[in-house]
Amino acid sequence: MKMKKLLSVVVASAMVLAMAGCGNNDSSNSGSTAPANESTQASTTPDGGASAGGTFKIGGMGPLTGPAAIYGTNVRNAAQIAVDEINAAGGVNGYMLELNFQDDEHDAQKAVNAYNTLKDWGAQMILGAVTSTPCIAVTDETLLDNMFQLTPSGSAVKCTQYDNNFRLCFSDPDQGAASAQYIGENNLATKVGIIYDTSNEYSTGIYESFMKGATGQPFEVVAEMQYTEDTNTDFKVQIQKCQEAGAELIFLPMYYEDASRILTQANDIGYNPLYFSCDGMDGILGVEGFDTSLAEGVMLLTPFAADAQDEKTQSFVAKYQTAHGEIPNQFGADGYDCIYVIKAALEASNATPDMSVSELCEALKSGITSITYDGLTGAGMKWNAEGEPAKAPKAVKIENGAYTAM
Amino acid sequence: MRQRKLTKTFKSNLITYGMVIAAYVIIQILINTGNISNLLKGLMVPLCTYAILAVSLNLTVGILGELSLGHAGFMCLGAFASAFFSSCMKETSIPPALRFFLAILIGAVVAGIFGVLIGIPVLRLRGDYLAIVTLAFGEIIKNLVNALYVGLDEDGFHFSMKNSMDLNMSDQGRVIINGAQGITGTPKDATFTIGIVLLLITLFIVLNLIYSRDGRAIMSIRDNTIAAESVGINITKYKIMAFSISAALAGVAGVLYAHNLSALTATSKNFGYNMSILFLVFVVLGGIGNIRGSIIAAVVLTLLPELLRGLNDYRMLIYSIVLIAMMLFNWAPKCIEWREKLVSKVKSRRKETKEV
Repeated sequence: MKMKKLLSVVVASAMVLAMAGCGNNDSSNSGSTAPANESTQASTTPDGGASAGGTFKIGGMGPLTGPAAIYGTNVRNAAQIAVDEINAAGGVNGYMLELNFQDDEHDAQKAVNAYNTLKDWGAQMILGAVTSTPCIAVTDETLLDNMFQLTPSGSAVKCTQYDNNFRLCFSDPDQGAASAQYIGENNLATKVGIIYDTSNEYSTGIYESFMKGATGQPFEVVAEMQYTEDTNTDFKVQIQKCQEAGAELIFLPMYYEDASRILTQANDIGYNPLYFSCDGMDGILGVEGFDTSLAEGVMLLTPFAADAQDEKTQSFVAKYQTAHGEIPNQFGADGYDCIYVIKAALEASNATPDMSVSELCEALKSGITSITYDGLTGAGMKWNAEGEPAKAPKAVKIENGAYTAM
Repeated sequence: MRQRKLTKTFKSNLITYGMVIAAYVIIQILINTGNISNLLKGLMVPLCTYAILAVSLNLTVGILGELSLGHAGFMCLGAFASAFFSSCMKETSIPPALRFFLAILIGAVVAGIFGVLIGIPVLRLRGDYLAIVTLAFGEIIKNLVNALYVGLDEDGFHFSMKNSMDLNMSDQGRVIINGAQGITGTPKDATFTIGIVLLLITLFIVLNLIYSRDGRAIMSIRDNTIAAESVGINITKYKIMAFSISAALAGVAGVLYAHNLSALTATSKNFGYNMSILFLVFVVLGGIGNIRGSIIAAVVLTLLPELLRGLNDYRMLIYSIVLIAMMLFNWAPKCIEWREKLVSKVKSRRKETKEV
């Protein structure tokens, strides 16, 4: 008993010390937060003029661990590439950029923790969160501080619910309705089946807007099949139901790992309908062990294709590949564009790093609505005050193992 | 002799309450003098949440002696029930304090009722079987919530298990629970002070229960069911009592969780079985049946991954290693032996110096 008491006293006092310690040396904490970032920072700073007061601090957050980690790491890596490029080219109006990217584990609570960590570090604007639910949780926090927030890929409607929130990707309703419209206008099929993930907010969001958009289109939805993240390995039942219903086209609003299994399993039972999907499908050609010939003819609405022939995309993909040994997906492109959008908005509003967070937010808000930006994920992007981007959705088709514009 | 024993438990309880209040006072001073980081400030409500969960689970695991792996399910119920209520009431003129108070009650009652409902069939099982059934229950709750659509318009509530279009609402209607997209826009009513008050109430309930007549009956079931039954203790009643109180308190923690974030979704990250197991880790690390220990373990294990953010990619790895090391240090027999030796050495040395 005595032993336990002693131990608990020791642990409790250690905790209090740790807390007090954290409160006092914020600066030293942040110093150790991103050694990788800081070293690149030092090497790419062209002159000594950019001192501590002369950098814009961008805080990023996204899942770096857990099942959604691929999205977060892509955004982080690509955003870092953009930051390094901008700094090497002389920065934003002569000021350097600095990026600190924190893990949110695709969890709302952890995202708020990450946001608070970034605030301690001195973040002046937020790049994130990468996934929808964490992003919505963070919007309430940034609203309180009036901090500018630009999400690369938070597609749920509420990700831009306040006027300090902007997004780079399409929102879910845009994607779903645009998909339905595209299928209808091009007479791709008369009978459509849908398979979607009921436990995923991205998938259900697009599904619902697709169903709303499908009314009045010249096709009929003959099968709506559900699955959850706990049952995302065996799709035989859903595929067979679609086949029985005579679906000529299957709409797959989901991420590409699940889609790759559906394609493989449908092929196993000799069922080869057309497939149509949204931006989450981007990356299917990079799934390990997946027979990419099965993806032939898959159509998807995506803002980015890694093997597009324009110079911007090629240079970005090459840089990403040398640095990280893999081909970036659409999330990476979103993250890369976000940094350049922030740069353009900062330049347009003549913002300086010595402005307060709230002043910077106002400046960026007016900046981002005034610019037109050409990037990897679309040309002529413009933002309205609601935070939604205006850009044309690009439909691509997989032909000969490569994405080709339709 | 009896007198002495009473004062001992009383003292131990006082230390527990005192520890919580002292932590509160210290943190408040740090907040008011601006000496605390935003991260820690933001972590205060989650810390209270997890401490309440650890204490409540300790009631089932430590005092009742049954292994439950569905605690996150009860938390989920409390969270969604209360967030649903708060979202409905957000636009009425009800004062926020009253609204939150009612939300807490609703969360506790809903989770408690489910505790009784689940408890009646489930508590007929013991040990591993019970663990598996509660695990399944937690998953059912999570998946049910993910498939639930509830909307509100001037005609009242609309329910659907399919999608939000099936609700057939008028144009003014709004979807409150939107399936996997969960509940968004819950008012942020939870504060550190309320969290601490709820933690103290939880402690009060649990500690008083343990040292009451009912509590002794519950512990006798844990120690020897047959003996307890033979002296006329109503096993089912006491089992369900402990289980439902534990569930209701988990529901309270869920309320606190839901009202600290504006976006509430039931993912495997926050209400999955991994979470239930994490709560069990709090209890095991803190000591089964040791209420104070579970609070400390919950606080340490919640703070640890956040304070390790400086390690970047190695964060979760180090977290796991530290967890293993802590478990060994606390509970490996050789380690306990070594610690006892160390303490007695220190003590004897102290005595020697006194004698000198």
